[in-house]
Amino acid sequence: MGDALMSVPVLALQAVSKSFGPIEVLHGIDLALRAGEVHALIGENGAGKSTTMKILAGYQPATQGRLLLDGAEVTFENLHAGEKAGIVMIHQEFNLAEQLTVEQNIFLGRELTRGPFLNTSEMRKLTRSYLARVRCTVDPDAPVSTLSNSDKQLVEIAKALSREARVLIMDEPTAVLTANETDVLFEQVRILQQEGTAILFTSHKLDEVAEISDQVTILRDGHVVHAGATGQINEDGMATAMVGRDVSDLYPAKPGVAEDAETVLSVKGLTVSGHAQDIDIDLKRGEILGIGGLIGAGRTEAMEGLAGLRPAQTGELTLFGKSEQINAPADAQALGLNYLTEDRKLRGLLLNWQMRENLTLQTLYKFGGLMIDRRAESAALDTAIREFDVRAGSRDIKVGNLSGGNQQKLLLAKVMLAEPRILIVDEPTRGIDIGTKQQIYVFLRKLAAEGFSIIVISSEMPELIGLSDRIVVMRSGRIAGTLGEDDITEDAIVRLSMGLSATAGTTPPKQMA
Amino acid sequence: MTDIPLTTPARKMPSMAVLGPLLALIVLVVIGALMNPNFLSGANITNVLARSAFIGIIAVGMTFVITAGGLDLSVGSMAAFIAGLMILVMNAALPTMGVGVPIILLGMAVALVAGILAGLLNGFLITTLGIEAFIVTLGSMGIYRSLVTWLADGGTLSLDFSLRTFYRPVYFDGFLGISWPIIVFALVVIIGEIVMSRSVFGRHCAATGSNEHVAHYSNVNVNRTRLLTYAALGMLVGVATIMYVPRLGSASSSTGVLWELEAIAAVIIGGTVLKGGFGRVWGTVIGVLILSLIDNILNLTDFVSPYLNGAIQGVIIILAVILQRERKAGQ
Repeated sequence: MGDALMSVPVLALQAVSKSFGPIEVLHGIDLALRAGEVHALIGENGAGKSTTMKILAGYQPATQGRLLLDGAEVTFENLHAGEKAGIVMIHQEFNLAEQLTVEQNIFLGRELTRGPFLNTSEMRKLTRSYLARVRCTVDPDAPVSTLSNSDKQLVEIAKALSREARVLIMDEPTAVLTANETDVLFEQVRILQQEGTAILFTSHKLDEVAEISDQVTILRDGHVVHAGATGQINEDGMATAMVGRDVSDLYPAKPGVAEDAETVLSVKGLTVSGHAQDIDIDLKRGEILGIGGLIGAGRTEAMEGLAGLRPAQTGELTLFGKSEQINAPADAQALGLNYLTEDRKLRGLLLNWQMRENLTLQTLYKFGGLMIDRRAESAALDTAIREFDVRAGSRDIKVGNLSGGNQQKLLLAKVMLAEPRILIVDEPTRGIDIGTKQQIYVFLRKLAAEGFSIIVISSEMPELIGLSDRIVVMRSGRIAGTLGEDDITEDAIVRLSMGLSATAGTTPPKQMA
Repeated sequence: MTDIPLTTPARKMPSMAVLGPLLALIVLVVIGALMNPNFLSGANITNVLARSAFIGIIAVGMTFVITAGGLDLSVGSMAAFIAGLMILVMNAALPTMGVGVPIILLGMAVALVAGILAGLLNGFLITTLGIEAFIVTLGSMGIYRSLVTWLADGGTLSLDFSLRTFYRPVYFDGFLGISWPIIVFALVVIIGEIVMSRSVFGRHCAATGSNEHVAHYSNVNVNRTRLLTYAALGMLVGVATIMYVPRLGSASSSTGVLWELEAIAAVIIGGTVLKGGFGRVWGTVIGVLILSLIDNILNLTDFVSPYLNGAIQGVIIILAVILQRERKAGQ
């Protein structure tokens, strides 16, 4: 950090730690934003980028350490205090009222008045000047809902200007932008930079980081593992720094898939409009296939499309040797294919219902034809509690009051009642404790050993590597590459999901362009 | 209780949300009995129940629609339209069919089919086209109301006198001293309660209303479930109309006015959650009876002006919703 000491940072973190309950997620972070500098903050999902940004913007207080504004320690009582100090954060999902016009949005909550009336002429004049500064040509009277994503991004920046932002924090600003829109955004970023604004942004696209940033800070597991001028590190170096954990023996041994195992699922040209294009996947009997990639790469959408949960086109779908069609989730279930959602609270379980009713909701046809046999349901719950080791205070407890791990086990029990032969699990261990994670890993491996086939979507590298016999990596809605058993490394997965080739030193595959 | 997860604990004391409407009903009965000795007479009880039957039958259907996360504002005008249609068809068939059971059956069939079709239409617009239930049924409410006014040419559609005399017993007579509307109401309630609390369809309705995403991911056909609730409600509007037409033998633009709001009020007073996800048919019955009893007591006594009926009903509805909210906060 030696060369970075030329001026007092506008905003800085000094030895900042952050805990949520007993769990510390940030460990002694140092970060300094300087006027006229673009700073990139990168790291894997869950490395602590969002939390760091929220502390900088005053959304969350640090548990330990100091937040320095112009070299003096400050505490922001709330996000308005941060904004008053000139720190503006732009969220990944825009914070704009879609039905209001550009001008109304820019002055939302700080409308200029003349007497009891809105001073529209003054607001319009100022709006035009802000928009001109970011070279955005939209009409101040246009409703935000009619704007493109890049224009919305520029309006957010104009809004930041209207608040006289000295520090602009952007959470993955390019995630929703096309290449052209990204270019427009970067042009504006450079202008702001020349005007002396300090800018921090996060991105999963390492080429962009290399292109636009002056400084880069790399987080891993809540630690700063690299900090310095962007010119000092190349993209491969960034990827390597982001990775670097051991895969422990949390995972059951992989027996390997038999050479002659039959292909139970073969899908060609699976397309989910707007999310995934031309996905080809083969799955063998007894195999655990991992799907890796960044959040937003279209993994969930592709698999939901396959399972009939959202509209999708398939060129060709073969299940157990027969050509099939899946148009509704019930079709998939009838064919022995089930999808277990990543979102157990909003899509998986009815939180204000009891366990019994949740367990059987997907398979009520098994519990009586027209009338429900509650005794059979209770018996099924007994079995599920035993087999999946669901720990609840009482049977009548509402599912929302169970711990995340027990909810996940109940959800797994619910899906297993449908007796799937092919099971797709999406983020099967998100937000649950390590003990339960291990139970779920053992269960999945046991299922595979019994001849079932499993697809695992996971954003946790160790999990993906520890579980999968083979890994498909998706990027921007397409398959970026497939890694066989011997090629699976964290480095290769990260490189594929970032748009590089699987091994260092070669150019990205053609399909990425 | 060492084996906690595997045992079912003793039944808890029912909550205020369960007991509240029941207590309110008992209090109303006691007040009524104290204020007027005729209140508990067989004639008055029959009168209250028979008058409750129309709203009650519709409210049972409304319970399913609301439980599945929907709403139907069109039932009152739908009833008027079906009544008008039924009368027109029966009058038209009179010269060829003559007075007799067949023509009554024809009228009933017309009412049921028209009800189911009207319900399916509402359901189709709401589920397949994805338009807000409030908007769709507000629209169809206006359409049916206007159609019946048009059919009646601004006046009243009357059933032919001979037919009216023949059909009258369906409302005024009964079986073993219980009038037909009460019997039909009771049957609808019993079937409705069983379907709601014991059947796959009832469970799917509650799941859909509770969280339609979870229902979808649990392979529940959300659209079909919702569509069926509207069709069932339409059919029950047809049933209610079948019982209503013999009472007055006519239909006009003022038939069934505000029935939709009374039915929705009864459902909510009975403890069904307006946002969906939880419904109970027996609660709806209590809601209907509470509304009818208030009306009846005000008419029988001169303690409070009957003109204040609406105000008292309004207070009861708001109280019921406050009770629901407390139950949520308590858990």
